[in-house]
Amino acid sequence: MLELPTWADYLASFFIIIGASFAAVGSYGLLRLPDFMTRLHAPTKNTTLGVGGIILGSIVYFSVSDSLSLHELLIAIFLFMTAPISAHLLAKAGLHLEYKMISSTRDLREHPEDYSDKSQHTAKERDSERAD
Amino acid sequence: MSRILPAPWLSLFLLIVWLLLQNSVSVGLIVLGAILATAIPLYTFRARDFPLTIHRPGTAVVYFLVLLVDIVVSNIDIAKIILLPRKKIKPALIEYPLDLTNQVPITILACTITLTPGTVSAELSRDGNTLLIHALNVEDVDALIATIKQRYERRLKEIFQC
Repeated sequence: MLELPTWADYLASFFIIIGASFAAVGSYGLLRLPDFMTRLHAPTKNTTLGVGGIILGSIVYFSVSDSLSLHELLIAIFLFMTAPISAHLLAKAGLHLEYKMISSTRDLREHPEDYSDKSQHTAKERDSERAD
Repeated sequence: MSRILPAPWLSLFLLIVWLLLQNSVSVGLIVLGAILATAIPLYTFRARDFPLTIHRPGTAVVYFLVLLVDIVVSNIDIAKIILLPRKKIKPALIEYPLDLTNQVPITILACTITLTPGTVSAELSRDGNTLLIHALNVEDVDALIATIKQRYERRLKEIFQC
């Protein structure tokens, strides 16, 4: 173990605790929130700060104990690029499969059927029935 | 753009990523990184069919800082919603009218929306004029749309001038 000055010890611990607690809250939210779309919010948001806090802690620890170390920032860059994309794809899949949303959800879409695979299918069926 | 540096910002970004990967700075590494940062955009430039230039790098930096602050604020908001079980949430699916037309700014805006307070961008409409947003807890839908327009879309328009 490397010896750190006290302030760096506290600073690194602070960031790691912040990061870990946000990651824990995010996982708990995944469990607790009521439907698919709202569950999506917990991990996508809280992992960014969860990982961010741990990265900051790592930067403080290695920069103080060794020499300036910033390559942890790459993790943050890649996470910021990829996390929204996976969230977008999950949300899109949820919409297209018409997962039930809780009743308090206000649906302000003008044409909800545009976003669904199921009703498109039925629309096609309707057309073919009409053709018959 | 010049022939040698078709995408100067991409080159700069690649150089920074290279130096971060090496986790040290020396003359040799910078020279090697500069060669890579010139060669890779030259090689991949043919595949880019969306010529786009950053007109206001200063605004881009401001945009990034605003985004960072909002991510922290949004995390605290979401944590509150998760940890206070009595609080009744009001989710909403909102169609957000886009003013932007170019693909890249729309992509950045969609990613920004996903990263910030209680909103996830779920789908771009087929005609590309509206973005479907799922909000976790929203009282006033119009206020949310106005905030996104004011905070992000206006700045993106300034940055890319489109």
